[in-house]
Amino acid sequence: MRAVLLSLRMLSREWRSGELGVLLLALTIAVAALTGVAFLASRIDSAVAMQASQVLAADIRLESPQPIGEADVVAARERGLLTARTTGLLSVVFEGDRSQLADINAVTAGYPLRGRVTVAPQPFAKGRPASGIPPPGEVWPDSRLLAALGGQVGSRLSVGAAELLVGRVLIARPDEGGTFTGLVPNLLMNAADLPRTQLIQPGSRVTYAALFAGSPDRVAAFKQWLGAHRHRGERLRDISSTSPQIKSAVDRAGRFLSLASLVAVLLCATAVGMSARRYVGRHLDSVALLKTLGATRRFTIALTVLQLLAVALVAAVIGAAIGYATQEWLIYALRGVFASQELPPASLAPVGMGLLTAVALLTGFALPPLLQLSRVPAIRVLRRDIGPPRPLVLLAFGPAAAVVALLIYWVVLDWQLFLWFTVGLAAFIALLVLAGTLLVVVAGRLRGRAGVAWRYGVASLSRRRADGIVQIVAFGTGIMALLLLGIIRGDLDGDWRRSLPADLPNYFFINIPPQSRDGLVGYLHAQGARTSRVLPMIRGRLTAIDGRPVEQLRFADHRGEEFANREQNLTWSATLGADNRVVAGRWWTPADYGQPLVSISTEFERWLGLHVGDRLTFDIAGETFNVKVASIRKVKWDSFHPNFFIVFAPGLLDKVAGTYLTSAYLAPGAAQSLAGLARRFPSVSIFDIDDLLADVRAVLDKAVLAVQSVFAFTLLAGLTVLLAAVQSSRDQRRYESAILRTLGASRRTVLQSVLAEFAALGVLSGLIAAAGASVAAYFLTTRVLSLPYVFSPWACVTGVVGGGMIVVASGWLATRSVLRHPPIATLRADV
Amino acid sequence: MPNAQAPAARSSVLKAEHLTKQVQSPEGTLTIVHDVSLDIASGESVAVVGPSGAGKSTLLALLAGLDLPSAGRVLLEGRDLTRLDEDGRARVRAQRVGFVFQSFHLIPSLTAHENVMLPLELAGHAGAREAALETLRQVGLKDRARHYPRQLSGGEQQRVALARAFVTRPAVLFADEPTGNLDAATGARIGQLLFEMNAHSRTTLVLVTHDAELASRCERIVHMEAGELPGDSG
Repeated sequence: MRAVLLSLRMLSREWRSGELGVLLLALTIAVAALTGVAFLASRIDSAVAMQASQVLAADIRLESPQPIGEADVVAARERGLLTARTTGLLSVVFEGDRSQLADINAVTAGYPLRGRVTVAPQPFAKGRPASGIPPPGEVWPDSRLLAALGGQVGSRLSVGAAELLVGRVLIARPDEGGTFTGLVPNLLMNAADLPRTQLIQPGSRVTYAALFAGSPDRVAAFKQWLGAHRHRGERLRDISSTSPQIKSAVDRAGRFLSLASLVAVLLCATAVGMSARRYVGRHLDSVALLKTLGATRRFTIALTVLQLLAVALVAAVIGAAIGYATQEWLIYALRGVFASQELPPASLAPVGMGLLTAVALLTGFALPPLLQLSRVPAIRVLRRDIGPPRPLVLLAFGPAAAVVALLIYWVVLDWQLFLWFTVGLAAFIALLVLAGTLLVVVAGRLRGRAGVAWRYGVASLSRRRADGIVQIVAFGTGIMALLLLGIIRGDLDGDWRRSLPADLPNYFFINIPPQSRDGLVGYLHAQGARTSRVLPMIRGRLTAIDGRPVEQLRFADHRGEEFANREQNLTWSATLGADNRVVAGRWWTPADYGQPLVSISTEFERWLGLHVGDRLTFDIAGETFNVKVASIRKVKWDSFHPNFFIVFAPGLLDKVAGTYLTSAYLAPGAAQSLAGLARRFPSVSIFDIDDLLADVRAVLDKAVLAVQSVFAFTLLAGLTVLLAAVQSSRDQRRYESAILRTLGASRRTVLQSVLAEFAALGVLSGLIAAAGASVAAYFLTTRVLSLPYVFSPWACVTGVVGGGMIVVASGWLATRSVLRHPPIATLRADV
Repeated sequence: MPNAQAPAARSSVLKAEHLTKQVQSPEGTLTIVHDVSLDIASGESVAVVGPSGAGKSTLLALLAGLDLPSAGRVLLEGRDLTRLDEDGRARVRAQRVGFVFQSFHLIPSLTAHENVMLPLELAGHAGAREAALETLRQVGLKDRARHYPRQLSGGEQQRVALARAFVTRPAVLFADEPTGNLDAATGARIGQLLFEMNAHSRTTLVLVTHDAELASRCERIVHMEAGELPGDSG
């Protein structure tokens, strides 16, 4: 107890004197960078999730062909969630003697729980948010439906047995889907009118959905409850099963954020380790003296641990505050980037995480050297050359390695990635140590061949052997991390921008009868639209895999079951789309045309557990087709061009009755020409994805913002490491510079020698960092982010030149004060 | 065998028996202190003199329990320091031993007052604050109590170190070249203060010095050469 009290008193004194400052600063910046990333990531994550939820009209959505029991809804309400229901079915709608098949959605009050319904007073006009749902007795048909029926607001539509008034024109509803499930025009009505329509009869194909939304923790808890109480045939949809375009962007942004925060953690860990080394160096004398005056080893350990805990606490609080303020400022500064809505408030979880991380970093990186401090023998008060005994390698590096491994796993949460990351990092550090050792040896050999400043500068590398190697590792890791993130950020950002050019197709035309194909394309061209390729589309059902009926098969992924149990959109094509890449097997040649071959997407492969060579049986319009999987394609779903999970070889399905689809870009204000098209080609479904594109653009804008800001944080963390590395040798440098200057060296000579040393360190670490960053970037872009990798020579140039310059600049900054100090003051202070 | 006996009239407080200290060096085993025996009486002042490299500081470290001998033993108030572990020796130092060093060894992060309080706090004394301030007053630095070492001159720093050494009223005070880092005039004043305080507190003093004037103020002088004590004078 006495030790604790005295330790606390000692701590407050240390505090006042600023001796703990360096460590505290490094840790505070570490926590600030970390929590800043975490705050930002959590807010952007929720913004992205919210944006994505809008596509579901809820946070989670339970769908079933059977009515969903009241129990689920009651349970959700008990857990504080908002709920609503929708009932969807296909039926023909009449206006006078005109009719059109429509996708009817009857909704209850509260719909949509996420996103909004937009309506307009006339077809194909700009929509405005609707307040609420259609009142009983009223329907909101969409533009296509109204155009096909020739109706307008005020018309009366027959929906089943009920006659309902057209109140407004539905322009968009959030859950109309990013996939092509809703091929027919839409109609929104009040669920209270549904019984009157008498549309639901035994055997009707109806999709019932219960929508749920609420705070993330409540949603997560409810999802768990639902998992345990789900009925057969019920399908749970959440953000992960939403449109592949958004999911793909969210996934990549998420992976980049994790990666960036991991890099920030590792950089900060390095900075903390180096600061701790310096702290130990500066406290050897004090601890020896304490022991001389009677302090026991337990006391010095207690003192150290208490100091660390206090430092961790203060750093966590100040760091989290700075992190929060910085991300608030960043969001304020970049507010113009956001498409429509404000970001949700940040959660407080990062503060706890900051403290936990601070303690973990200190335990791994600062505790071992500080505990080593407690082993300084008291005799050091008489013999300055005696330091603490050398620690066992395992004790010195074990905790740090363990903390790094834990942190990496915590961030990536994937064994394979974890292994790649740790092995890569270990190999890179080993390479740096090897290069550092070589540099130190070569520097020692070359010292006689240069002028005095260079000789002294380069020679100090070989003199401070261990320091030199540690600094190369720190500089190299810092520069590599920054280069790596720079390269990946560029790839990610560039890919997103490329994938969403302004003239991306914004309308899809589906159900084009073969005889209308040329006419429709001609009509679109006449309206000034740019069309993409026209692909056939055939509906078919997978009935067997390798001869075994799908009903008898069990799939590892529930999505496999869903795929196997519903009709698929199939196509055939001679050419491989530019946004498709064959990852297994081979694409067909003209010799294969007419052969029973099929190419499947990687999703299909994974969810159904398929391989190249597997035999699939399809039922297409009553005819059975036995085909072999010839290739597996990775499809870039966020390209917004028509794509299919299953593509047949040409010449096999040509005779099967099917329709065509195409997409086109129509400039804003094309409403009239679309109304004309709908009248001229009544069977063609027009699918407007402008709103979906706007959603995706909004998500990507947020992701880009996140990527940029997190990069800025990581940059700060990297600079901290560089400064900590330079600081680590500052005391010795100060002393040596004082001696050099006492012996008559000019400031210029001393400065030159320091710059020579740092230039050698910087260029070498920059070179290795550039090589390491290129290899790591290749791995990360191709394996983790699924992007094409382009080698960038600028990384090498930036690594060597930039790395050299940054290191020299930090060296100069840190040494400037050393030079300003009169040498006699340094020598008197007996550093 | 070289020996140095305590005056018969007073009881022995510090006793070294056949102390030898050897270290390993690239040239082989190096003997720094060789078979030294020394008996110091309570309240006695002993100067250890000799050329540089004679092993004076090593002997002082062994006597104070800062280091362990390769052979022989040290008895402080009858307790064998060589049989205690590092923490045991630290506890003995906290209770019974004071130090003054050539390079002052004040803790730079603590004020003068806090530096003087430190050994009292480590030994668990109550009233450390007042006792430290009183001792600072004795060395004439009460007004500088809140100053940090870097704000004090060399002489002032050594006065703080003296206050820190005497504040626990140690049984034995070890001083290693206490005037070695000071100019002649300041050194003389510090020497004066050291002996005054020593006399006042009746502490046993073991002084390692090159300063003949300072050594001559001790009751006994032991000469050390090449790690041995050929003889001593009183």
